[in-house]
Amino acid sequence: MKLRSRLQRSPEVPTSSMADIAFLLIIFFMLTAVFTSNRGLQFAFPKEDPTRLDVQPEEAVHIKITGEAQYLVDKTPMSLEAMSSYVQGKMGQNPSKPVIIQTQGHVPYRVMIDVFDLLRQLEVKNISVPTESEVERWKAFGVFE
Amino acid sequence: MKLRRKQSAALVPRIPTASMADIAFLLIIFFMLTTSFSPERTSVSLPESEIRTEVSKDAAIVAISPQGEISFTDGETAAFPLATVAELGAVVKALVAVMPRKEFLIKADRSVRYQLVDGVLEQLRTNGARRIGLLTEREVKESG
Repeated sequence: MKLRSRLQRSPEVPTSSMADIAFLLIIFFMLTAVFTSNRGLQFAFPKEDPTRLDVQPEEAVHIKITGEAQYLVDKTPMSLEAMSSYVQGKMGQNPSKPVIIQTQGHVPYRVMIDVFDLLRQLEVKNISVPTESEVERWKAFGVFE
Repeated sequence: MKLRRKQSAALVPRIPTASMADIAFLLIIFFMLTTSFSPERTSVSLPESEIRTEVSKDAAIVAISPQGEISFTDGETAAFPLATVAELGAVVKALVAVMPRKEFLIKADRSVRYQLVDGVLEQLRTNGARRIGLLTEREVKESG
C-alpha cells in the first residue's frame, strides 16, 4: 500500500499528436484552396426593348479598336489618354450619351477590357458592346460605314 | 547550494506544445471558411481592370483558355468542355429557361483574340442571358 501511494503519476492527456493531425489538415486545406476570382466588370445590359433600339447612333461616341493601342474614336485615331479626355468632354455635354465599343476580331481581349475599364472609370452609364453580327445588322441600317 | 542543485535536477526540460494544437485548429477553421470549391478550374491569366464589382457567387462561368478552348459550368456542377460556340447556345438557352436571372461570367484569358469573346457574347445574348459579367483581376498601377 505504501508503494502505490509513492508511485504518483500526474494524469495527462496525450496531446502531442493533436498538432500533427491539425497541421496535416491545414496542409490539405491550403493545397485545395482555390482563391476564386469573383470580381469583374459587369455589363449594363441593353434591354431588349424595340423602342430603345433607336439610340440615335450618330449621336453615340463610336470607339473602334483596330489593334493594340490603336483606337479610332469617331473615326479619329487617338491614344488612350486622348480618348479619355475626349469622352470626358462628351459626357460633360450629355451624361447619358451612349458609347459604342467595337472591337476587331484579331485584337487581344485585354485591349478591349482596357477601354471598357476606362469608360467605367469615366462613369459612362451607357456602354454598348455590339457583337460582330449586331454590327452587321446595324450596317444594314447605315449605322456603321 | 545543495538546495538549488536538487531543484534544477528535478526539472525535466520540456517544450510547451499544448497551445500548438489550438493555433493549428484556428488555422484549419480559417482555411475551411475561405476555401470555396469552385467548379471552374481552367487556369487563365485574367485581364486587369481598376473597376471591379462583386459578381454573384453562383453564376455560370464560360471559360476561354489561352488556347481558345471553351468550357462551361452552371456554377454547381463540374465544368465540361464545349467543342463549338454554337454548343454553348443550347446550354445557355436551357439554363435561362429555368433561371431567367442567372448571371453569366466570361472568364477569358487576356491574350485570346476578341473574336472568341465576341462569339460567346453573341451566344449569350441571342439565347436570352440578361446578366453578363467579365471576370478581371486587380490592376497593378505603376508608380506615378
